[in-house]
Amino acid sequence: MRLTGAQALIKSLETQGVEVMFGLPGGAILPVYDPILDSSIRHILVRHEQGAGHMAEGYAMVTGRPGVAMATSGPGATNVVTPLSNAYMDSTPLVVITGQVSTSAIGSDAFQECDITGVTMGITKHNWLVKRAEDIPRTVAAAFHVATTGRPGPVLIDVPKDVSNAQMEWYWPETEADLDLPGYHPRTEGDPAAIAAAVELMLRAERPVLYVGGGALKSRGAAALIELAERTGFPVVTTLMARGAFPDSHPLCLGMPGMHGNYTAVTAMQRADLLVALGSRFDDRVTGRVDAFAPGAKVIHVDIDPAEIAKVRVPEVAIVGDCRVVMERMLDALDAAGLVHDEAAVRTDRGATAVAGSRAAGRPAREGWWGQLRAWQREYPLHYEAESEGTVKPQMVVETLRDLNPEDTIVVAGVGQHQMWASQYWRFEHPYTWVNSGGAGTMGFAVPAAVGAKVGRPDKTVWAIDGDGCFQMTAQELVTASAERIPIKVAILNNAYLGMVRQWQEMFYAERYSEVYLSPDLPDYVKWAEAMGCVGIRVESPEEVAPAIEKANAIDDRPVVVDFRTDAFEKVFPMVPAGGSNDDIVVHPNQAGARVAQ
Amino acid sequence: MTAATARSEGESFRHHILTVLVENKAGVLARVAGLFSRRGFNIFSLAVAPTDDERFSRLTIVVDVESAPLEQVIQQLDKLVNVVSISQLAPDAAVERELMLATVAVDARLRSEIIELVGVFRGEVVNVGPDRLTVMLAGSPDTLDDLERLLGGYTIVELQRSGRVALPKLGRSGG
Repeated sequence: MRLTGAQALIKSLETQGVEVMFGLPGGAILPVYDPILDSSIRHILVRHEQGAGHMAEGYAMVTGRPGVAMATSGPGATNVVTPLSNAYMDSTPLVVITGQVSTSAIGSDAFQECDITGVTMGITKHNWLVKRAEDIPRTVAAAFHVATTGRPGPVLIDVPKDVSNAQMEWYWPETEADLDLPGYHPRTEGDPAAIAAAVELMLRAERPVLYVGGGALKSRGAAALIELAERTGFPVVTTLMARGAFPDSHPLCLGMPGMHGNYTAVTAMQRADLLVALGSRFDDRVTGRVDAFAPGAKVIHVDIDPAEIAKVRVPEVAIVGDCRVVMERMLDALDAAGLVHDEAAVRTDRGATAVAGSRAAGRPAREGWWGQLRAWQREYPLHYEAESEGTVKPQMVVETLRDLNPEDTIVVAGVGQHQMWASQYWRFEHPYTWVNSGGAGTMGFAVPAAVGAKVGRPDKTVWAIDGDGCFQMTAQELVTASAERIPIKVAILNNAYLGMVRQWQEMFYAERYSEVYLSPDLPDYVKWAEAMGCVGIRVESPEEVAPAIEKANAIDDRPVVVDFRTDAFEKVFPMVPAGGSNDDIVVHPNQAGARVAQ
Repeated sequence: MTAATARSEGESFRHHILTVLVENKAGVLARVAGLFSRRGFNIFSLAVAPTDDERFSRLTIVVDVESAPLEQVIQQLDKLVNVVSISQLAPDAAVERELMLATVAVDARLRSEIIELVGVFRGEVVNVGPDRLTVMLAGSPDTLDDLERLLGGYTIVELQRSGRVALPKLGRSGG
C-alpha cells in the first residue's frame, strides 16, 4: 500500500491506538493535517500550542496512556517546549509531533525554521528528526515505546514537510527488534538479592516510613502499595507527585512530606530509622537541606531509573526496577518470612495504633513509634485561621469543594499557594485523581491540563483549582473547552497577588513586595469567562462559597469559572524555609506554642 | 618530583576513562556533550571515531570524577537512547595513547636541538619551514606532558593534542 509520509504518520498513530490528540496546524505540518480529516482520531484544536502540550499531559496523567500533541515548525514547536520540560520533570509519557521545514531548507534559516530537536534534547527522553518517509512507522512505534516504558517521559518527532509529502510503502514494525533501539533496555525486575536485603532491613526497623513518590503511580502500583503498607504496618507519606497513590483516610497515611508538607509527615522522615523510598527521588522540596535530611535513617531506594539511585542520597539497599513489580516481590519475600496480613490491626480507627505485621514473633513492636506519630498528628494538624471576618479563606474553599464533590473527582492545580492548599486540604482517596505540575513548577498548567484530563476521563468531575496569576497565563484554552464541549470547572483562588512569591517576600525579604500585585478586578474574571463561552460566577463572602460550588456542579454543558475573592494575606503553613533543614519546619503561628515530646 | 609528573599524577587521580559505544547517527555527539554540560559534569578530553561496525562509533571520554561521582556520570550517560554500552577504565587498568602536534619557532641552531629532543622521545618531524618546525609525538599522555613541558622552553607557535584513546590492559595470560 503506497501512502504519503503524512498518511503513514496518521496511520501509525491510529495503529498505536491513539484516540485523541491536541494540536494547532501551520505551514510545515500542513500535509499531516489533511489525512486527519479521514482519521478516527479526535483532534482538539487548541488556541496556543502550550495548551496542546499541557492537555496531552493531563490526559496522560489520568489515563496512564501517552498524550499526543501536534504543532507546526518554529514558534509552534517552541511553544511546546514548556510542556515537554514539565513532562520530563514529572515523567509523563508524551509524544509530540512537530512539522519541520523541508530537508533541503534545513540549516538555511528558512521561514519558521527552528532546530527543535536541538532545543529539546535536554528535556525529552529522546527525539527524532525523520529524514525519509519510509522511517515514519518505525519512528512512531519507537517513540511510543520509549515514552511509555522504563521511566516514562516525553519524546518528540520532527517531520520535515517534504518527508510528509513523499511516498512510501506502508508497513508496521511488529516486534521490539524492528524498532532499531540497540541502546534502550529498561530494567523492570528488581534484583532478588537486593529485595531480600531490603526485606531484612524492613523486618528489623523500629521507626520505618514508606516514602512514596510518583513512580508508585506510574507503575500502576497503588494496590500493591496498600498491601505492602498493611502487611508491614509501616506509616506512609505520599509526595506531591504521589497524592492519591495511598488513601488519605487510611490509618497508616501520614499525608504529604516536604516544604509544605504536614508536620507529622516531615518529622516522621526526620526521625525514622528506615526510609523505604518507592519511586521517589529525594527532590530538594522533600529533603530540605540534604545533609540534615533523615539523619538516622537507613535507606532502601526503589526506582526504575538507575540514575536516581545515589544521585542525592546514597542508599543502604538499591533496587532498580519497576515500583509495582518490586513491591510485589517484597510481598512475596514477606510471605516467606511469615509476615502475614493482619486485618484487625489495620482496621483500627485513626486514634488507635495500627501495628499490622509487627505481631509476628521476634519482630520489633512499633507501639512507641506510632504513639509518637499520633502525638504529632494531634499537636500539629494542618491548621488555618477559620475565623475570617467576612473574608473568604482559600483553604475553606478547597475544603468546601472537597465536601461537595464526589470522592473520585479529578483535581488539577497550577503552581503556587493554591497548589499547596489543594494538595493539603483535598482528601485524595484514589490514584490518578490529582494532576499538577510538580518538578517544573509550571504556572498556567491547570486550565489546559484539566481540559486534557476531562477528555481522558469524561465520566469524572474535573475541577481545576487555580491561582489568579496562573489562570491569566493559559486561560484562552477555555475557548477550546467551550468549542469542544469539554465541561471542566475552574476555581480561581483570587488573592490578587502572585501569592507564593508574595509569601516569600513577606517572610524572607522584610515585607518588601516587589512586582507581585495583580489586582482582583483586572481582568474581570466573570466577564472574561463569559466571553470564552463559560459560565462565570463571583464569590465575595464565605456564605456564597457553597452555593456557588453547587451551582457550578449543576452545570454540565459548558465550562464554569468561579472567581473566589480570597484573603490576600493568607500564607501556606507549615513551611520549611528554602535551603533549611526539615527540623526547622515553621508551623502556623497559632501552633507555635505547642510542644511535643520527641 | 617535577611539576609535570606532579600534575599528571594529580590528574590521573581525578580522571576516569569511559569508552562509550554509541549509534553512528546525526546529533549523538551533541547529545553526549549536552548531557555533560547540563548536568555539570566536566570532560578533560573527548575523542570520537567510527568502529569496525559502521552502525556504531566509539567515544573515549576522560571525565573529571571530582565534578560528579563516576557512577552518576555513567548512569546518566546510559539513559541516552543512542548510547549502546559503556565501559569504564581506571587509569591503571588502561592502555592510553594520545597524539600531539606542535609547531615551534626555530633558527638554524635551535632546529637541530629540537630535532634531537624530539628524537629522544621517538617523535617525528613532520613539516619543516624556513623558521618553523612541526613535530609529532604519539605516546602516553604523561610522555606528551613531558615533551610539551620541554618544548615550553622554546617558542611554541601552535600546539594541538588529540585527546586520549584507551583500551583495557590485557591480562598476563589472557588474549
